[in-house]
Amino acid sequence: MSNHLVGRPAAPFRRARRPSLTEALLAAALTLSAGAALAHDFRAGALTIDQPWSRATPAGAQVAGGFMTIRNAGPAEDRLIGGASEIAGRLEIHEMGVVDGVMRMRPVEQGLAIKPGEAVELKPGSYHIMFFELKRQLKQGERFKGELQFEKAGTIPVEFAVESIGAQGAGQGSGAAHQGHGG
Amino acid sequence: MRKLRIALWGLLAAAAVAAAGLAWQASRGAPNAPVRTAGAGIAAVGGPFRLTTHEGKTLSSADLAGRPFAVFFGFTHCPDVCPTTLFELSEHLKALGPRGDDLRVLFITVDPERDTRELLATYLSSFDPRIIGLTGTREEIDAVTVAYKATYMKVRTSGDDYTMNHTASVYLMDARGRFVGVLDYQEPRETQLQKLRRLVAG
Repeated sequence: MSNHLVGRPAAPFRRARRPSLTEALLAAALTLSAGAALAHDFRAGALTIDQPWSRATPAGAQVAGGFMTIRNAGPAEDRLIGGASEIAGRLEIHEMGVVDGVMRMRPVEQGLAIKPGEAVELKPGSYHIMFFELKRQLKQGERFKGELQFEKAGTIPVEFAVESIGAQGAGQGSGAAHQGHGG
Repeated sequence: MRKLRIALWGLLAAAAVAAAGLAWQASRGAPNAPVRTAGAGIAAVGGPFRLTTHEGKTLSSADLAGRPFAVFFGFTHCPDVCPTTLFELSEHLKALGPRGDDLRVLFITVDPERDTRELLATYLSSFDPRIIGLTGTREEIDAVTVAYKATYMKVRTSGDDYTMNHTASVYLMDARGRFVGVLDYQEPRETQLQKLRRLVAG
């Protein structure tokens, strides 16, 4: 598909010196890798998944949380309904909140709706991915693979960046800068 | 038209009654009702307990006399609040410096079926070594949660698995075992640290 486009550009470009296939591919590869390194986001169809991250886990921990922002640029609602990861036996989508000093957790049974034109943030104290049956301890600075399953967009492969054990957001390092929790 | 209006008002009234009912139920079920005080303003939170530490020793409330302590109820199969709180308590202990040695920090599991002494020991190796993990029989755990008016509840996830709802506040107790306040999960870290400084200053 992309080879076809690069190899046979539309007529008006024929007169100008056009980049060779190698040059074009190289440029595309550079753009892609730079984008991935800076923004660390993943796209499929109308959905963009920004900065999936997790936290270093204490020794012996069997669970971990996964966080990210999911944007829907399309005209139709989509739903995050499940997924899988190399570090966990299984994962679920949960909602958590601290109400009257009590931490409450509940599985999001029907999937997490991402309305058209909107973004949903999965973050500490709110919606999150819950990894069960951890296969190993997560260490700060590493990355692990996962895939998220959406009702319409299908399966989107992502990579989670592991932050510190006390991090409250993506790319925070020690998490020492935060002032209180989101919830 | 008039019938429709009456019907709509009827619906609205029914909705109002339902909402009031829900609100009443919610307030009745609120686990963090204002702390009841007994007699001359002595808070009725806290009380005797006897549990097993992550090192396999017995720890009773009597052993804590003479030094202030902080109590946190949680469990190791907890993705967010528990590791975050233990991490922050570790940071606070570090910030308190040598005064931190005067404070005992207790992490009491509300999930004794899974949180064995060994698992608690492994888990706590990732935090400040002064934090003491405590487990016990279901009866012993129930007794201490009742004494501290802490709540916990199993929530079923898929399959046979479960997670838990639980009180997320850290209870602060003075050297005489009297309840003096809580660290709120949502409050700024600096506020928490000030409360702990006050606690260890006695």
